[in-house]
Amino acid sequence: MSLLTLPEPDASILGRRDDIIRQLRKLVPDASLIVDVEGRRTFETDALTAYRCLPLAVVLPGSTEEVSKLLRFCHDNKIKVVPRGAGTSLSGGALPLQDAIVLGISRMTRVLAIDEVNRVARVEAGITNIAITNAAAVHGFFYAPDPSSQLACTLGGNIATNAGGAHCLKHGVTTNNLLGLRIVLMNGEIVDVGGDYLDAPGYDFLGLIAGSEGQFGVVTEAAVRLLKAPEGARPMLLGFASSEAAGACVAGIIAAGIVPVAIEFMDRPAIQVCENFAGAGYPLDAEALLIVEVEGSDDEIDALLETITEIAARYSPLVIRVSQSAEESALIWKGRKAAFGAIGQLSDYYCMDGVIPLSRLPEALAEIAEICRRYRFRVANICHAGDGNLHPLILYNANDRAELERAELCGAEILKLCVRLGGCLTGEHGVGIEKRELMRVQFSGADIAQQMRVKNAFDPDWLLNPAKVFPLEGRERQ
Amino acid sequence: MTGNLRLGFHAPQSVGELADLVAEAAHAKIPIEVRGRGSKHEVGRPGQTGSVVSTERLVGISLYEPTELVLSAAAGTPVAEVETVLAERGQQLAFEPIDLGPALGNAPGQASIGGVFATNLSGSRRILAGAARDHLLGVNCVNGWGETFKSGGRVMKNVTGYDLCKAVAGSWGTLAAMTEVTMKVLPVAEEIRTLFCFGLPDRTAVEVMCLCLGTPFEVSGTVHLQGALAGCLSDPDIAKARAAVTAIRVENFPSSVRYRAGRLKERLAAYSPSLELDTARSRAFWEEIRTLRMFQGSDRPLWRISTIPSWAAKLVSIIARTLDVRAVYDWSGGLIWLDTALTSDAGAVEIRRAIAEIGGHATLIRAERATRASVDVFQPLDLGLSALTARLKAAFDPAGILNPGRMYRGV
Repeated sequence: MSLLTLPEPDASILGRRDDIIRQLRKLVPDASLIVDVEGRRTFETDALTAYRCLPLAVVLPGSTEEVSKLLRFCHDNKIKVVPRGAGTSLSGGALPLQDAIVLGISRMTRVLAIDEVNRVARVEAGITNIAITNAAAVHGFFYAPDPSSQLACTLGGNIATNAGGAHCLKHGVTTNNLLGLRIVLMNGEIVDVGGDYLDAPGYDFLGLIAGSEGQFGVVTEAAVRLLKAPEGARPMLLGFASSEAAGACVAGIIAAGIVPVAIEFMDRPAIQVCENFAGAGYPLDAEALLIVEVEGSDDEIDALLETITEIAARYSPLVIRVSQSAEESALIWKGRKAAFGAIGQLSDYYCMDGVIPLSRLPEALAEIAEICRRYRFRVANICHAGDGNLHPLILYNANDRAELERAELCGAEILKLCVRLGGCLTGEHGVGIEKRELMRVQFSGADIAQQMRVKNAFDPDWLLNPAKVFPLEGRERQ
Repeated sequence: MTGNLRLGFHAPQSVGELADLVAEAAHAKIPIEVRGRGSKHEVGRPGQTGSVVSTERLVGISLYEPTELVLSAAAGTPVAEVETVLAERGQQLAFEPIDLGPALGNAPGQASIGGVFATNLSGSRRILAGAARDHLLGVNCVNGWGETFKSGGRVMKNVTGYDLCKAVAGSWGTLAAMTEVTMKVLPVAEEIRTLFCFGLPDRTAVEVMCLCLGTPFEVSGTVHLQGALAGCLSDPDIAKARAAVTAIRVENFPSSVRYRAGRLKERLAAYSPSLELDTARSRAFWEEIRTLRMFQGSDRPLWRISTIPSWAAKLVSIIARTLDVRAVYDWSGGLIWLDTALTSDAGAVEIRRAIAEIGGHATLIRAERATRASVDVFQPLDLGLSALTARLKAAFDPAGILNPGRMYRGV
């Protein structure tokens, strides 16, 4: 365990563990309940692996009704619940607590309906992100948000974190693609919000629940918007001698009225690692690389990439390479998509998720380099440049406790920098446990108090995914 | 009570002053009407408030970065001013906010930018670009205690803390008074083309519109006007057709728009798309849709219905069995603007019964005050959602002083 602490477990709950498990057995089939140490071990962490905690028990319900029964039981017995999708959270959003039950939705994976006329998919929330697109692809549609963990992560988890992805510049993030959902509140009540149509009536609970990090309820079903797949898509690769030039090029593209479907940025260290790993043909002498992807028919793509080429030429690019074939497109993306894995082969890394206004990119990168130098870490930067979402990867040794703590301090300074430059702590990973204590950097006491009152409206006893999102200190004053 | 909050109209010049007024009202438990520039004042359940707190003097654009697609403005800034500034740089509010003013008997272009988000009224491009709420990146607000708070920020992606922007968007001033809004803006397309089919029955028109949205051509507007309403439009080629009109819009750079319009015409061949409008005439047409020209100058009750697109024509036909109605289908049928003959309940019973059968929700946008006082203006919520609504209201405004009852009784 490192810098962040978890609250003291409730001894009375721990003492009643056997009894609680006996009660749980009455609520769900035995196969849905995991109580042995080895089984629970699988759930002791998420993708923020520095933190681990063995939960009281793990339940994997198979239906909304089971979720409702479980939550009502936990509510009545004041047992905390940590909802879990696939456990791919990079912010510790699904980290268990010793005195909490982990409620995983991974068995609820059915596609309930694909309605191609109204362009809606209705699915259970445990379905993986990619499975929605796979189900819709038969009809030529896709589900737009595409977080890098899309092979594994669940829609329920995407809703909890309001997940984005590389292509959200054009198509938006989860909240923009959600039409309806079925949520079970902590007291077991099942509430339907929205439906197979645009804009739910009354207050925008859809929008509130998206990004609420599992603290408002457990989403069991959702209706999401499907989009028709474009006729084609093609990337181009641009290498620059400085991040200033790359940033100015992105601004130039947008100023020309072009909103590409994705604009990905990599700095020199990231380029080197990815090129060594994937052999994608990235320019090793460049300080900054952009991958710009546009969609449309072949002619439309040609026209757009030609315009972007003209714009890029103003910023003295070292390399301009427009993909000439599907193979080349795949190769260009291969390097970027392999980035996290490739860097992971070199070293452990701590992935940050700050956001900055794009115009501050060069300044941000210079300061990040300086911060990491001070903390004696190497850093590689990957960025969704179109929306200023930075993923600095701090390279460190996870087995060295002192290094881990140093990496966390280094990361915190980077995030404070993002806020100072006009951005925010997290663009798509969520606050979770990781950035909980940094919330006061971005928000005033009144801002946080207002958010906590909304939490109270859903879960007055703070039983759902507690110890996340808000600083631990000061909660009792709510 | 210290005496500042007198009955009547208040238009504070600073956020601090506005917060003080609200705090005082909260202390004295005096309900207030939270208002932008008042262009939608006659929408909603009529209030019993003696005091009005308006943001109309909180004006001005404090940030505009065209290359970052972001703009911040004080809540009382006229939306027309925001749009003018954006247009100078070839940008726009992509959700194409509906201007209710003229249909309510007011002048066009009077709405405040805060009011646009507070009512989440999105126009025809919502199907491609998202709703008003999808473009709201950050808000500064005053809650029912008179405290200022913010949510979101000025960057495109932000999941730091709960998204309270969504809570206040579409809350009609019942949760908080917005004082500043930060929004995502987008480029205006270089070229627009609109294809028209004439004389299609509603059901066929909805099919056509859904078919178009099922193509990869990024259709940015689909609207169908019944024959009785099509004549209200000013384009001579549309008006002279004297028939129902179905419009399909594509926007992009010129060669792309030519290509897409061409492909769509092939797909629509069976429905004889017989008119194609260029950029200028398209703009004029969609501007008339955005200001609901077909419902202006009338006092027939007007409803805004959101439903499942492919069921839209069926929904209208059920209502039309017992009511004299005229309908415009936007969002490929997902949004219906429906006016009804003057009846004591503006047709609420029939409309809500049909919605219960098909799915969706209806809001009464225009009706006499007495009617709005006696029928549910906003779609009644089921028990669970209703309880959650009351709890959310209390989380922002426990004394219930901000636009009390405007959306729902007791909220």
